[in-house]
Amino acid sequence: MRSFLLLPLAAALASCSTMGGGDLSPGPRGESAADMQRITNVLKSNMHERGQAKMSRIELDDVQRLCNQYADNPPAEQAKRIEAAQLAAIPFPSGSLIGDWKSGEKIAQSGRGMTWNDKPGNAGGSCYNCHQINPKDEAHGTIGPSLAGFGKIRGNRPEIQHYVYGKIYNAKAYNACSQMPRFGHSGTLTEQQMKDLTALLLDPASPVNK
Amino acid sequence: MRLTAAAAGLALGFVLAPASAQQSPYADYQRMTAENAPIELYELAGEELWKKPQGPKNVSLERCDLGQGPGVLKGAYAGLPRYFADADRVMDLEARLVYCMMTLQGRSHEDATQRVFGNADKASELALLSAYVAGQSHGMPMRPGVSHPKEKASYELGRELFYHRAGPWDFSCASCHGEPGKRIRMSELPALNRAQDVRPLMATWPAYRVSNATFITLEWRMNDCYRQMRMPEPKYGSEIPVALIHYMTVNAQGVVYRGPAIKR
Repeated sequence: MRSFLLLPLAAALASCSTMGGGDLSPGPRGESAADMQRITNVLKSNMHERGQAKMSRIELDDVQRLCNQYADNPPAEQAKRIEAAQLAAIPFPSGSLIGDWKSGEKIAQSGRGMTWNDKPGNAGGSCYNCHQINPKDEAHGTIGPSLAGFGKIRGNRPEIQHYVYGKIYNAKAYNACSQMPRFGHSGTLTEQQMKDLTALLLDPASPVNK
Repeated sequence: MRLTAAAAGLALGFVLAPASAQQSPYADYQRMTAENAPIELYELAGEELWKKPQGPKNVSLERCDLGQGPGVLKGAYAGLPRYFADADRVMDLEARLVYCMMTLQGRSHEDATQRVFGNADKASELALLSAYVAGQSHGMPMRPGVSHPKEKASYELGRELFYHRAGPWDFSCASCHGEPGKRIRMSELPALNRAQDVRPLMATWPAYRVSNATFITLEWRMNDCYRQMRMPEPKYGSEIPVALIHYMTVNAQGVVYRGPAIKR
Protein backbone atom coordinates (compact mmCIF):
# COMPACT_ATOMS: atom_id res chain seq x y z
CA MET A 1 0.00 0.00 0.00
CA ARG A 2 2.73 2.34 0.99
CA SER A 3 4.70 1.80 -2.22
CA PHE A 4 1.51 2.52 -4.17
CA LEU A 5 1.31 5.93 -2.59
CA LEU A 6 4.99 6.64 -3.04
CA LEU A 7 5.20 5.72 -6.71
CA PRO A 8 3.25 8.71 -8.06
CA LEU A 9 5.17 10.93 -5.66
CA ALA A 10 8.48 9.61 -6.95
CA ALA A 11 7.30 10.16 -10.50
CA ALA A 12 6.26 13.72 -9.66
CA LEU A 13 9.64 14.42 -8.06
CA ALA A 14 11.48 12.95 -11.04
CA SER A 15 9.55 15.17 -13.42
CA CYS A 16 10.31 18.18 -11.20
CA SER A 17 14.00 17.45 -11.37
CA THR A 18 13.95 17.58 -15.17
CA MET A 19 11.58 20.54 -15.38
CA GLY A 20 13.08 23.01 -12.99
CA GLY A 21 15.49 21.99 -10.26
CA GLY A 22 19.03 20.70 -10.40
CA ASP A 23 21.25 21.42 -13.36
CA LEU A 24 18.46 22.45 -15.69
CA SER A 25 17.10 25.48 -13.87
CA PRO A 26 16.62 28.51 -16.12
CA GLY A 27 17.60 31.33 -13.72
CA PRO A 28 20.80 33.41 -13.81
CA ARG A 29 23.80 32.29 -11.76
CA GLY A 30 26.36 34.99 -12.36
CA GLU A 31 29.66 34.34 -14.09
CA SER A 32 33.05 33.69 -12.53
CA ALA A 33 36.05 35.24 -14.30
CA ALA A 34 36.70 31.83 -15.89
CA ASP A 35 33.04 31.53 -17.02
CA MET A 36 33.22 34.96 -18.58
CA GLN A 37 36.37 34.09 -20.52
CA ARG A 38 34.87 30.79 -21.69
CA ILE A 39 31.60 32.43 -22.84
CA THR A 40 33.55 35.20 -24.58
CA ASN A 41 35.58 32.53 -26.38
CA VAL A 42 32.40 30.72 -27.46
CA LEU A 43 31.11 34.00 -28.91
CA LYS A 44 34.42 34.67 -30.66
CA SER A 45 34.62 31.27 -32.30
CA ASN A 46 30.92 31.09 -33.30
CA MET A 47 30.33 34.61 -34.63
CA HIS A 48 31.65 36.61 -37.53
CA GLU A 49 31.78 40.35 -38.12
CA ARG A 50 29.14 41.82 -40.36
CA GLY A 51 28.90 45.46 -41.47
CA GLN A 52 29.72 47.77 -38.59
CA ALA A 53 29.22 44.95 -36.04
CA LYS A 54 32.89 44.06 -35.59
CA MET A 55 34.20 41.22 -33.44
CA SER A 56 35.58 43.76 -30.93
CA ARG A 57 31.98 44.18 -29.72
CA ILE A 58 32.31 40.81 -27.97
CA GLU A 59 35.01 42.14 -25.59
CA LEU A 60 33.70 43.16 -22.16
CA ASP A 61 34.36 46.36 -20.24
CA ASP A 62 34.36 46.90 -16.45
CA VAL A 63 30.60 47.53 -16.30
CA GLN A 64 29.71 44.41 -18.27
CA ARG A 65 32.13 42.27 -16.26
CA LEU A 66 30.65 43.46 -12.95
CA CYS A 67 27.04 42.95 -14.10
CA ASN A 68 27.76 39.52 -15.58
CA GLN A 69 29.62 38.47 -12.44
CA TYR A 70 26.72 39.36 -10.14
CA ALA A 71 23.78 38.73 -12.54
CA ASP A 72 22.96 42.48 -12.43
CA ASN A 73 22.96 42.65 -8.62
CA PRO A 74 26.48 43.75 -7.65
CA PRO A 75 27.41 44.53 -4.03
CA ALA A 76 26.59 48.19 -3.26
CA GLU A 77 30.19 49.24 -2.74
CA GLN A 78 31.37 47.88 -6.08
CA ALA A 79 28.35 49.36 -7.82
CA LYS A 80 29.13 52.79 -6.33
CA ARG A 81 32.76 52.59 -7.40
CA ILE A 82 31.88 51.76 -10.99
CA GLU A 83 29.13 54.39 -11.14
CA ALA A 84 31.61 57.05 -9.97
CA ALA A 85 34.14 56.00 -12.63
CA GLN A 86 31.49 56.08 -15.37
CA LEU A 87 30.22 59.49 -14.20
CA ALA A 88 33.73 60.95 -14.15
CA ALA A 89 34.19 59.97 -17.81
CA ILE A 90 31.13 61.87 -19.12
CA PRO A 91 32.22 64.99 -21.06
CA PHE A 92 29.46 67.39 -20.03
CA PRO A 93 29.16 70.33 -22.45
CA SER A 94 29.10 73.78 -20.85
CA GLY A 95 26.04 76.01 -21.01
CA SER A 96 22.45 74.97 -21.54
CA LEU A 97 21.92 71.30 -22.33
CA ILE A 98 18.45 71.91 -23.74
CA GLY A 99 18.41 71.53 -27.54
CA ASP A 100 15.43 71.25 -29.87
CA TRP A 101 12.63 69.01 -28.55
CA LYS A 102 11.18 68.53 -32.06
CA SER A 103 14.29 66.86 -33.37
CA GLY A 104 14.54 65.10 -29.99
CA GLU A 105 11.14 63.53 -30.69
CA LYS A 106 12.40 62.18 -34.04
CA ILE A 107 15.52 60.77 -32.39
CA ALA A 108 13.39 59.16 -29.67
CA GLN A 109 11.14 57.55 -32.30
CA SER A 110 13.97 56.10 -34.39
CA GLY A 111 14.99 52.55 -33.57
CA ARG A 112 17.76 52.57 -36.16
CA GLY A 113 21.47 52.47 -35.60
CA MET A 114 24.43 50.28 -34.66
CA THR A 115 23.10 46.97 -36.07
CA TRP A 116 24.98 45.06 -38.78
CA ASN A 117 22.56 46.26 -41.43
CA ASP A 118 22.57 49.93 -40.43
CA LYS A 119 25.10 52.27 -42.01
CA PRO A 120 27.47 53.72 -39.40
CA GLY A 121 26.09 56.92 -37.89
CA ASN A 122 22.53 58.22 -38.29
CA ALA A 123 21.43 56.38 -35.18
CA GLY A 124 18.28 57.06 -33.22
CA GLY A 125 17.81 56.52 -29.50
CA SER A 126 15.18 53.75 -29.67
CA CYS A 127 13.64 55.56 -26.67
CA TYR A 128 10.00 54.65 -27.37
CA ASN A 129 11.02 50.99 -27.60
CA CYS A 130 11.19 50.97 -23.79
CA HIS A 131 9.67 54.21 -22.42
CA GLN A 132 6.40 56.06 -22.56
CA ILE A 133 7.42 59.60 -23.56
CA ASN A 134 4.82 61.73 -25.36
CA PRO A 135 1.70 60.40 -23.60
CA LYS A 136 -0.27 60.74 -26.84
CA ASP A 137 1.88 58.07 -28.50
CA GLU A 138 0.51 54.76 -27.30
CA ALA A 139 3.02 52.62 -29.21
CA HIS A 140 5.61 52.67 -26.44
CA GLY A 141 7.42 49.88 -24.64
CA THR A 142 7.39 49.17 -20.92
CA ILE A 143 10.90 47.95 -20.11
CA GLY A 144 11.86 51.38 -18.74
CA PRO A 145 9.79 53.75 -16.58
CA SER A 146 7.28 56.19 -18.08
CA LEU A 147 8.82 59.58 -18.82
CA ALA A 148 5.49 61.35 -19.39
CA GLY A 149 5.46 64.67 -17.56
CA PHE A 150 9.17 64.32 -16.74
CA GLY A 151 10.01 68.04 -16.84
CA LYS A 152 6.64 69.18 -15.56
CA ILE A 153 7.31 67.35 -12.31
CA ARG A 154 11.00 68.21 -11.96
CA GLY A 155 11.48 71.57 -13.70
CA ASN A 156 14.50 72.20 -15.91
CA ARG A 157 17.11 73.88 -13.74
CA PRO A 158 20.78 73.15 -14.61
CA GLU A 159 21.14 70.22 -12.17
CA ILE A 160 18.16 68.47 -13.79
CA GLN A 161 19.56 69.13 -17.28
CA HIS A 162 22.88 67.71 -16.10
CA TYR A 163 21.20 64.57 -14.77
CA VAL A 164 19.11 63.94 -17.92
CA TYR A 165 22.01 64.52 -20.30
CA GLY A 166 24.28 62.35 -18.12
CA LYS A 167 21.71 59.57 -17.88
CA ILE A 168 21.36 59.46 -21.67
CA TYR A 169 25.12 59.66 -22.17
CA ASN A 170 25.83 56.88 -19.67
CA ALA A 171 22.98 55.30 -17.68
CA LYS A 172 25.51 53.16 -15.81
CA ALA A 173 26.87 56.27 -14.10
CA TYR A 174 23.66 56.32 -12.06
CA ASN A 175 22.76 52.63 -11.86
CA ALA A 176 25.66 50.27 -12.54
CA CYS A 177 23.62 47.48 -14.12
CA SER A 178 20.80 49.52 -15.67
CA GLN A 179 19.28 47.86 -18.74
CA MET A 180 19.55 51.18 -20.61
CA PRO A 181 22.31 51.47 -23.21
CA ARG A 182 25.06 54.08 -22.78
CA PHE A 183 24.18 56.21 -25.79
CA GLY A 184 27.06 58.70 -25.53
CA HIS A 185 29.69 56.34 -24.14
CA SER A 186 28.99 53.81 -26.92
CA GLY A 187 29.25 56.47 -29.62
CA THR A 188 25.65 55.89 -30.67
CA LEU A 189 24.36 59.46 -30.34
CA THR A 190 26.07 62.82 -30.84
CA GLU A 191 26.23 65.64 -28.30
CA GLN A 192 23.56 67.56 -30.25
CA GLN A 193 21.25 64.54 -30.38
CA MET A 194 21.54 64.06 -26.61
CA LYS A 195 20.81 67.75 -26.05
CA ASP A 196 17.73 67.40 -28.26
CA LEU A 197 16.57 64.40 -26.23
CA THR A 198 17.18 66.37 -23.04
CA ALA A 199 14.91 69.05 -24.49
CA LEU A 200 12.24 66.49 -25.28
CA LEU A 201 12.08 65.64 -21.58
CA LEU A 202 12.63 69.11 -20.09
CA ASP A 203 11.40 71.84 -22.46
CA PRO A 204 8.06 73.18 -21.16
CA ALA A 205 6.90 73.32 -24.83
CA SER A 206 7.57 69.59 -25.35
CA PRO A 207 4.46 67.36 -25.56
CA VAL A 208 6.03 65.33 -22.75
CA ASN A 209 5.20 68.20 -20.40
CA LYS A 210 1.76 69.13 -21.71
CA MET B 1 -6.54 19.59 -43.57
CA ARG B 2 -3.39 20.84 -41.79
CA LEU B 3 -4.32 24.44 -42.47
CA THR B 4 -7.38 24.31 -40.25
CA ALA B 5 -5.47 22.32 -37.65
CA ALA B 6 -2.85 25.08 -37.52
CA ALA B 7 -5.52 27.73 -37.19
CA ALA B 8 -7.21 25.81 -34.38
CA GLY B 9 -3.85 25.40 -32.68
CA LEU B 10 -3.27 29.11 -32.83
CA ALA B 11 -6.68 29.85 -31.38
CA LEU B 12 -5.79 27.52 -28.51
CA GLY B 13 -2.56 29.45 -28.15
CA PHE B 14 -4.44 32.59 -27.23
CA VAL B 15 -6.26 30.74 -24.48
CA LEU B 16 -2.94 29.56 -23.06
CA ALA B 17 -1.19 32.90 -23.52
CA PRO B 18 -0.89 35.45 -20.68
CA ALA B 19 -3.96 37.59 -20.02
CA SER B 20 -2.24 40.65 -21.50
CA ALA B 21 -1.98 38.91 -24.90
CA GLN B 22 -5.73 38.42 -25.04
CA GLN B 23 -6.29 42.14 -24.70
CA SER B 24 -3.74 42.98 -27.37
CA PRO B 25 -5.17 45.09 -30.20
CA TYR B 26 -3.26 42.75 -32.52
CA ALA B 27 -5.06 39.60 -31.40
CA ASP B 28 -7.77 39.96 -34.04
CA TYR B 29 -5.18 40.78 -36.69
CA GLN B 30 -3.20 37.67 -35.74
CA ARG B 31 -6.29 35.48 -35.79
CA MET B 32 -7.39 36.78 -39.18
CA THR B 33 -3.97 36.39 -40.79
CA ALA B 34 -3.75 32.86 -39.37
CA GLU B 35 -6.77 31.83 -41.39
CA ASN B 36 -5.15 32.47 -44.74
CA ALA B 37 -1.48 31.66 -44.25
CA PRO B 38 0.09 29.27 -46.72
CA ILE B 39 1.66 26.88 -44.18
CA GLU B 40 0.68 23.78 -46.07
CA LEU B 41 2.33 25.02 -49.26
CA TYR B 42 5.62 25.46 -47.42
CA GLU B 43 5.37 21.95 -46.01
CA LEU B 44 4.69 20.53 -49.46
CA ALA B 45 7.61 22.42 -51.00
CA GLY B 46 9.79 21.11 -48.17
CA GLU B 47 8.68 17.55 -48.84
CA GLU B 48 9.70 17.95 -52.47
CA LEU B 49 13.16 19.17 -51.45
CA TRP B 50 13.49 16.33 -48.92
CA LYS B 51 12.93 13.78 -51.68
CA LYS B 52 14.92 15.55 -54.40
CA PRO B 53 18.35 14.09 -55.30
CA GLN B 54 20.93 16.86 -54.90
CA GLY B 55 24.64 17.51 -54.45
CA PRO B 56 27.72 15.71 -55.85
CA LYS B 57 26.33 12.37 -54.71
CA ASN B 58 22.94 13.13 -56.28
CA VAL B 59 20.93 11.62 -53.44
CA SER B 60 17.93 12.85 -51.48
CA LEU B 61 17.75 13.52 -47.74
CA GLU B 62 15.38 10.60 -47.22
CA ARG B 63 18.02 8.61 -45.27
CA CYS B 64 18.85 11.56 -42.99
CA ASP B 65 18.84 10.52 -39.31
CA LEU B 66 17.15 13.25 -37.29
CA GLY B 67 17.52 11.32 -34.05
CA GLN B 68 14.90 8.61 -34.45
CA GLY B 69 16.79 6.58 -37.04
CA PRO B 70 17.57 7.09 -40.75
CA GLY B 71 14.54 8.41 -42.59
CA VAL B 72 12.26 8.52 -39.52
CA LEU B 73 10.40 11.82 -39.55
CA LYS B 74 7.51 11.08 -37.22
CA GLY B 75 8.26 12.80 -33.91
CA ALA B 76 11.82 13.68 -34.92
CA TYR B 77 11.43 17.44 -34.51
CA ALA B 78 9.81 17.00 -31.08
CA GLY B 79 12.98 15.21 -29.92
CA LEU B 80 15.35 18.05 -30.85
CA PRO B 81 17.78 19.50 -29.99
CA ARG B 82 19.68 16.37 -28.95
CA TYR B 83 23.13 14.83 -28.95
CA PHE B 84 24.23 13.00 -32.12
CA ALA B 85 27.05 10.51 -31.64
CA ASP B 86 28.09 10.60 -35.31
CA ALA B 87 28.77 14.34 -35.13
CA ASP B 88 29.69 14.22 -31.42
CA ARG B 89 27.72 17.36 -30.69
CA VAL B 90 24.24 18.63 -29.84
CA MET B 91 22.27 19.74 -32.89
CA ASP B 92 18.99 21.48 -33.53
CA LEU B 93 16.96 20.69 -36.63
CA GLU B 94 18.78 23.18 -38.83
CA ALA B 95 22.30 22.12 -37.82
CA ARG B 96 21.27 18.52 -38.42
CA LEU B 97 19.83 19.26 -41.87
CA VAL B 98 23.11 20.93 -42.86
CA TYR B 99 24.98 17.89 -41.52
CA CYS B 100 22.85 15.57 -43.68
CA MET B 101 23.33 17.78 -46.75
CA MET B 102 27.08 17.48 -46.25
CA THR B 103 27.34 13.79 -45.32
CA LEU B 104 24.58 12.27 -47.48
CA GLN B 105 24.57 14.60 -50.46
CA GLY B 106 28.25 15.46 -50.39
CA ARG B 107 27.62 19.19 -50.43
CA SER B 108 30.14 21.64 -48.98
CA HIS B 109 29.23 23.62 -45.86
CA GLU B 110 29.38 26.74 -48.01
CA ASP B 111 26.93 25.28 -50.52
CA ALA B 112 24.53 24.00 -47.85
CA THR B 113 24.44 27.34 -46.01
CA GLN B 114 24.73 29.88 -48.82
CA ARG B 115 21.14 31.08 -48.40
CA VAL B 116 19.77 30.00 -45.04
CA PHE B 117 16.96 32.49 -44.32
CA GLY B 118 15.07 33.43 -47.48
CA ASN B 119 12.68 36.32 -48.03
CA ALA B 120 9.18 37.14 -49.26
CA ASP B 121 10.14 36.34 -52.86
CA LYS B 122 11.68 32.98 -52.12
CA ALA B 123 11.80 30.93 -48.93
CA SER B 124 15.11 29.22 -48.18
CA GLU B 125 15.73 25.52 -48.70
CA LEU B 126 16.41 25.10 -44.97
CA ALA B 127 13.19 26.91 -44.02
CA LEU B 128 11.12 24.72 -46.34
CA LEU B 129 12.79 21.55 -45.07
CA SER B 130 12.16 22.75 -41.50
CA ALA B 131 8.47 23.25 -42.28
CA TYR B 132 8.18 19.72 -43.65
CA VAL B 133 10.09 18.00 -40.86
CA ALA B 134 8.45 19.97 -38.02
CA GLY B 135 4.99 19.22 -39.43
CA GLN B 136 5.62 15.51 -38.80
CA SER B 137 5.73 16.18 -35.03
CA HIS B 138 2.36 17.93 -34.94
CA GLY B 139 0.44 16.81 -31.84
CA MET B 140 3.47 15.28 -30.09
CA PRO B 141 5.04 16.36 -26.77
CA MET B 142 8.42 18.06 -27.11
CA ARG B 143 11.19 16.07 -25.45
CA PRO B 144 14.60 17.58 -26.22
CA GLY B 145 17.66 15.64 -25.07
CA VAL B 146 18.55 16.27 -21.42
CA SER B 147 20.48 13.20 -20.29
CA HIS B 148 23.78 13.09 -22.22
CA PRO B 149 26.56 15.17 -20.60
CA LYS B 150 26.86 17.22 -23.79
CA GLU B 151 23.12 17.88 -23.70
CA LYS B 152 23.41 19.16 -20.14
CA ALA B 153 26.40 21.27 -21.15
CA SER B 154 24.47 22.67 -24.13
CA TYR B 155 21.54 23.66 -21.94
CA GLU B 156 23.91 25.31 -19.47
CA LEU B 157 25.70 27.19 -22.24
CA GLY B 158 22.30 28.34 -23.51
CA ARG B 159 21.44 29.66 -20.06
CA GLU B 160 24.81 31.42 -19.81
CA LEU B 161 24.44 33.03 -23.23
CA PHE B 162 20.89 34.07 -22.37
CA TYR B 163 22.09 36.20 -19.43
CA HIS B 164 25.49 37.28 -20.79
CA ARG B 165 25.64 41.04 -21.41
CA ALA B 166 27.94 42.33 -24.11
CA GLY B 167 28.14 44.64 -27.10
CA PRO B 168 27.89 48.42 -27.47
CA TRP B 169 24.42 48.51 -25.90
CA ASP B 170 25.21 46.09 -23.03
CA PHE B 171 22.36 43.76 -23.99
CA SER B 172 21.73 40.14 -23.16
CA CYS B 173 18.73 38.10 -24.28
CA ALA B 174 17.37 38.71 -20.79
CA SER B 175 17.39 42.49 -21.36
CA CYS B 176 14.15 41.99 -23.27
CA HIS B 177 13.13 38.42 -22.41
CA GLY B 178 14.09 38.12 -18.74
CA GLU B 179 10.94 39.40 -17.06
CA PRO B 180 7.27 38.72 -17.76
CA GLY B 181 4.75 41.34 -18.86
CA LYS B 182 7.08 43.72 -20.73
CA ARG B 183 6.74 45.24 -24.19
CA ILE B 184 8.97 46.69 -26.94
CA ARG B 185 6.68 49.26 -28.51
CA MET B 186 3.41 47.28 -28.85
CA SER B 187 5.09 43.86 -29.08
CA GLU B 188 4.64 41.72 -26.02
CA LEU B 189 7.87 40.12 -24.90
CA PRO B 190 7.75 36.54 -23.67
CA ALA B 191 9.98 35.80 -20.66
CA LEU B 192 11.93 32.92 -22.19
CA ASN B 193 13.16 31.70 -18.81
CA ARG B 194 9.58 30.95 -17.72
CA ALA B 195 7.77 27.76 -18.76
CA GLN B 196 4.38 29.46 -19.08
CA ASP B 197 5.74 32.02 -21.55
CA VAL B 198 8.08 29.79 -23.53
CA ARG B 199 5.80 26.76 -23.93
CA PRO B 200 3.29 28.32 -26.35
CA LEU B 201 6.24 29.67 -28.38
CA MET B 202 8.23 26.49 -28.74
CA ALA B 203 4.99 24.72 -29.64
CA THR B 204 4.62 26.89 -32.74
CA TRP B 205 8.09 27.40 -34.31
CA PRO B 206 9.11 27.25 -37.12
CA ALA B 207 6.43 29.52 -38.55
CA TYR B 208 5.08 31.66 -41.31
CA ARG B 209 5.68 35.21 -40.14
CA VAL B 210 3.32 37.80 -41.54
CA SER B 211 5.73 40.72 -41.04
CA ASN B 212 8.44 38.86 -43.02
CA ALA B 213 5.92 37.40 -45.50
CA THR B 214 7.88 34.17 -45.49
CA PHE B 215 8.46 30.99 -43.56
CA ILE B 216 11.09 31.44 -40.87
CA THR B 217 12.99 29.23 -38.48
CA LEU B 218 14.22 29.43 -34.91
CA GLU B 219 17.77 30.06 -36.10
CA TRP B 220 16.45 33.08 -38.00
CA ARG B 221 14.91 34.29 -34.73
CA MET B 222 18.21 33.87 -32.83
CA ASN B 223 20.06 35.63 -35.65
CA ASP B 224 17.73 38.61 -35.70
CA CYS B 225 17.87 38.98 -31.92
CA TYR B 226 21.69 39.18 -32.03
CA ARG B 227 21.33 41.79 -34.78
CA GLN B 228 19.07 43.85 -32.53
CA MET B 229 21.45 43.31 -29.62
CA ARG B 230 24.01 45.11 -31.83
CA MET B 231 26.31 42.10 -31.72
CA PRO B 232 28.27 40.41 -34.55
CA GLU B 233 26.41 37.66 -36.41
CA PRO B 234 26.20 34.14 -34.94
CA LYS B 235 27.25 31.41 -37.37
CA TYR B 236 24.35 29.34 -38.66
CA GLY B 237 24.04 25.95 -37.01
CA SER B 238 26.80 26.79 -34.52
CA GLU B 239 26.92 26.22 -30.78
CA ILE B 240 25.36 29.64 -30.10
CA PRO B 241 21.92 29.24 -31.74
CA VAL B 242 21.82 25.54 -30.88
CA ALA B 243 22.49 26.17 -27.16
CA LEU B 244 19.90 28.97 -26.97
CA ILE B 245 17.29 26.88 -28.77
CA HIS B 246 18.13 23.97 -26.48
CA TYR B 247 17.72 26.20 -23.41
CA MET B 248 14.31 27.41 -24.55
CA THR B 249 13.07 23.99 -25.66
CA VAL B 250 14.04 22.39 -22.35
CA ASN B 251 12.33 25.26 -20.52
CA ALA B 252 9.22 24.38 -22.57
CA GLN B 253 9.62 20.60 -22.50
CA GLY B 254 6.51 18.47 -22.46
CA VAL B 255 4.46 21.00 -24.39
CA VAL B 256 2.52 19.48 -27.26
CA TYR B 257 3.88 20.66 -30.60
CA ARG B 258 1.14 22.23 -32.71
CA GLY B 259 3.14 23.96 -35.44
CA PRO B 260 4.24 24.99 -37.90
CA ALA B 261 2.16 28.03 -37.10
CA ILE B 262 1.59 31.64 -38.09
CA LYS B 263 3.14 34.60 -36.31
CA ARG B 264 2.69 38.34 -36.43
